[in-house]
Amino acid sequence: MTALAGTAASVRRRAGGLTRGWLVGGVVAVWVLLWIPLRGRDTLALSTSELSPLHERLNDLRDAINNTRGSSPVFSAFFDVIRESVDALTVFLQSLISQPAYGRPVPLIGWLGVVAVATFGAYAVGNLRVAALTAAGFTSFGLLGFWQQSMDTLALTLAAVLICLAIGIPLGIWAGLSDRLNRVLTPVLDFMQTMPTFVYLAPLTLFFLIGPASGVIATLIYAMPPVIRITAHGIRSVAPSSVEAGTSLGATRWQLLRSVRVPLAKRTIVLGINQTVMCALSMVTIAALIDAPGLGQVVLRALQTLDVGTAFSAGLAIVIMAIVLDRVTTAARDRVETQYRMGPRARGRRRVVLAGLGVLTAVALYLSYTYVWAAFFPGPERGGAVGGEVADGVTRASDWVQLNLGAVTDAVRNAISYGLLNPLQSLIADSPWYLVSAVVLAIAWIVAGPRIVPTAAVCLGLLVGSGLWQEAMVTLAATLVATVIVMALGVVVGVWMGRSDRADGLIRPTLDAAQVMPAFVYLVPFLGLFGASRFTAIVAAVVFAAPVAIKLVADGIRGVPATVVEAAVSSGSSAWQVITKVQLPLARQSVTLAANQGLIYVLSMVVVGGLVGAGALGYLVVAGFSQSDLYGKGLAAGLAVVLLGVLLDRTTQAAARRLDAGAAHRGLRKGKDS
Amino acid sequence: MPEPLISAERVPAGVGEPALAVTDLWKVFGPRADRVVGTPLADLSRADLMAQTGCVAAVRDISFTVAPTEVFVVMGLSGSGKSTLVRCLTRLVEPTSGTVLVEGEDLRGADAKRLRDLRRHRFAMVFQHFGLLPHRRVLDNIAYGLEIRGVSRTERYRRAGEVLDLVGLTGHADHFPDQLSGGMQQRVGLGRALAVDPRILFFDEPFSALDPLIRRDMQNEVLRLHHEVGKTMIFITHDLHEALRLGDRILIMRDGAAVQIGRPDEVVGAPADDYVRDFVADVPKSHVLTIRWVMRPVRDDDPLDGPELGADVVVRDAVRAVLSSSAPVKVVHDGELVGMVDDEAILRVIVAEEQ
Repeated sequence: MTALAGTAASVRRRAGGLTRGWLVGGVVAVWVLLWIPLRGRDTLALSTSELSPLHERLNDLRDAINNTRGSSPVFSAFFDVIRESVDALTVFLQSLISQPAYGRPVPLIGWLGVVAVATFGAYAVGNLRVAALTAAGFTSFGLLGFWQQSMDTLALTLAAVLICLAIGIPLGIWAGLSDRLNRVLTPVLDFMQTMPTFVYLAPLTLFFLIGPASGVIATLIYAMPPVIRITAHGIRSVAPSSVEAGTSLGATRWQLLRSVRVPLAKRTIVLGINQTVMCALSMVTIAALIDAPGLGQVVLRALQTLDVGTAFSAGLAIVIMAIVLDRVTTAARDRVETQYRMGPRARGRRRVVLAGLGVLTAVALYLSYTYVWAAFFPGPERGGAVGGEVADGVTRASDWVQLNLGAVTDAVRNAISYGLLNPLQSLIADSPWYLVSAVVLAIAWIVAGPRIVPTAAVCLGLLVGSGLWQEAMVTLAATLVATVIVMALGVVVGVWMGRSDRADGLIRPTLDAAQVMPAFVYLVPFLGLFGASRFTAIVAAVVFAAPVAIKLVADGIRGVPATVVEAAVSSGSSAWQVITKVQLPLARQSVTLAANQGLIYVLSMVVVGGLVGAGALGYLVVAGFSQSDLYGKGLAAGLAVVLLGVLLDRTTQAAARRLDAGAAHRGLRKGKDS
Repeated sequence: MPEPLISAERVPAGVGEPALAVTDLWKVFGPRADRVVGTPLADLSRADLMAQTGCVAAVRDISFTVAPTEVFVVMGLSGSGKSTLVRCLTRLVEPTSGTVLVEGEDLRGADAKRLRDLRRHRFAMVFQHFGLLPHRRVLDNIAYGLEIRGVSRTERYRRAGEVLDLVGLTGHADHFPDQLSGGMQQRVGLGRALAVDPRILFFDEPFSALDPLIRRDMQNEVLRLHHEVGKTMIFITHDLHEALRLGDRILIMRDGAAVQIGRPDEVVGAPADDYVRDFVADVPKSHVLTIRWVMRPVRDDDPLDGPELGADVVVRDAVRAVLSSSAPVKVVHDGELVGMVDDEAILRVIVAEEQ
């Protein structure tokens, strides 16, 4: 009965989708017809070094702000206080593990001490396995020749995470208890999370200068939402029956929080910590753009000089750090479960190991404080023991690939470039701006309804005003191409995973691992394969966004009620029919959400791709950091990215809501009919 | 709507103040719920009220009293408001209007502190989904109420250990809830409620989630505990058999209102309306009705040399005595002859069940 109703509704939805599809097709056809005569007119092109009045005014604004920095009370009482306190924490952590301090030529804790403390910590919150992984991982930083840079990255990440947790966990608990705060926070967090990661770096430098403090503050903005959100969710999803039982026994609010809510939400809260740590690491590496020290700087400089080998070995260090941090925090989450179940004997054994490791750690700390061999990581100055060889090997491999497989990689690149990217870019970027605007508004209306039109119109208007219309259109074209590829991958692999437990078990861990990697790292291997080009950025964006899309589609397919699928199969549907007529239509909401998330991820990566020759907005944002004249233009480019993001995000979300509402409405009518 | 059948004489004799006295209790959910009670809106049916105001009257004008050590069962189908009613009695749900007296004290007048105090010392509740804390051992779950109250560790473990034995969980102190079966988990829930030594125990459909056999076990357990510790119990259920088995008296609810209040034999023998009659149609009457319900008045020509039985003897238990006697059985209440029961009367009850 439910199954029948479900299929009937999905058939109707398909019919609705079909007419909408025709409408969009018609709009595109008209566009192409108009494009032929109007091509190249009013494209609002602006060469790289040219500045629009807006860009000049932004440059002036920066100068004005810089000039008042010393005198304005806003700075001395607010921004400077924040910057200085964040800076104090960061410098303190750096002087512990990465930078010479307190009159010593080396940090307080040398490599041996850091490895020991990290291993001890990993065992204390996790288990022996992740402790061993931590020891190996931290040692490899030194072996790769990036000990100090790794410790800088770690210090910045730690500083950001500490502040995130100190603010985020209490706030999350509060938001879990108070509906009102939750309603206020949700849109703020949404905004913080949908903004492409490094767009807000430039404005931040206005207020917090460049350097580690700004890097940490940017990281805070990016990494705080997960822990707030997930903590609030954890507190909210504590079984009401447990809370009610506590209340019925006369527990106070505080007792309920301490003995019921927090313990039952603890596992979820630790998951939030895990997410925040991973986000923080990712952002700390990107913050290299505003001069935050660490591995990101190494990768950035290597990318800029197309030194694939060094980029790779530094990228490897980032990946290793990501894996170690992820495994340790995941083990900490699992321990929440096992911890209280430990028998007295296991508890005793654990205490002995902890004490032993503690003594070893203390010895290592002393040694690393006192002796040079335990302070400086031994090995050659450049490249460490193996880093140089890794870098050289990768450079050789990259050269070999470009020399010998050039035919293959070029064929792939050209197929996508000439078959998909160039025509689309030419259509979007070479049309007059008013034509593109009209088309965008029409399509937004068709897929998302009339209510989206004002928002879309404002976004388009501001894009025109930004003086970067053509760059925005080039970026849009690249984003759309990458998203199409992401969605193709998402649907194919997602459906496969959704239908097969084995595929799911095989692929999901890979996707999970891919998701914890900092965005930066994705550029490196593709730079090696395809050289510096738009296409490299697109491939990196696809690889960056695909895991999210695939997982969302897979979960959507899994979420289709088994009874509906059973009913379809029992009436003789083939696998193809089950997929196309039942599973995909019913998972439509997830597919739309996947498209939405795919777009946002791709957009943020296409911008990062500016580093490897993607051009357009991404290049301008990056150039804005390094070239003083282009500061205003870079800022405007960042704004343009945000505007594109808002336009795409709002439209796809409204489209998803409309699908939803349509389905609910039809479901209701159906109910009344019968 | 029939008048709720409440009268003082139905409260078991020999007690002073009722353990719980509920008068005109209402609970209305929805926007501006307080404007419903005491207005013509209150007379609307549930559906009409919903349509007109968007409010749901979960509990409508309920009154009853519970005597100390009585087992009082509230029975109704899902959506009848019984769970809301029991939550109103401990103010887990705030009543809209009416009074609730707990041993004479006005519960609705209690401030937060006093209410907490009452919950800590006076009553305790057992829940349908147990509401155990999965990260605590069985012993710590049972001791939870004492811990909240601030009892020292040694003292609460001592007390929890006693309760552990009382609810039949000896040897399971160090287990975690998810290592136990559903029935055992509910024993933990029961133990947690008993550990604080409350005077009134509330049960909110405690056995609905359990298998039928385990449910019977647990019902016996409650009867045994009631026998041993003698608490006042308010028991919510949707299962008529459970209600008849456990209840000294039963309140039947429908759409938030009381349909009938009475002893099990009253509910089965004299259903207040068709709804209750439908409900009790399948009940084996011989198990519930006392011979008072099947006796006939004494006639002048009755032989008075037959055996005597009390009026409160259940038919099932009287079968052998009546059928084996050649003369009709005399029914005696407080030393007076109140009626006669013969073979035919007994057989009529038993045969009716077969059909």
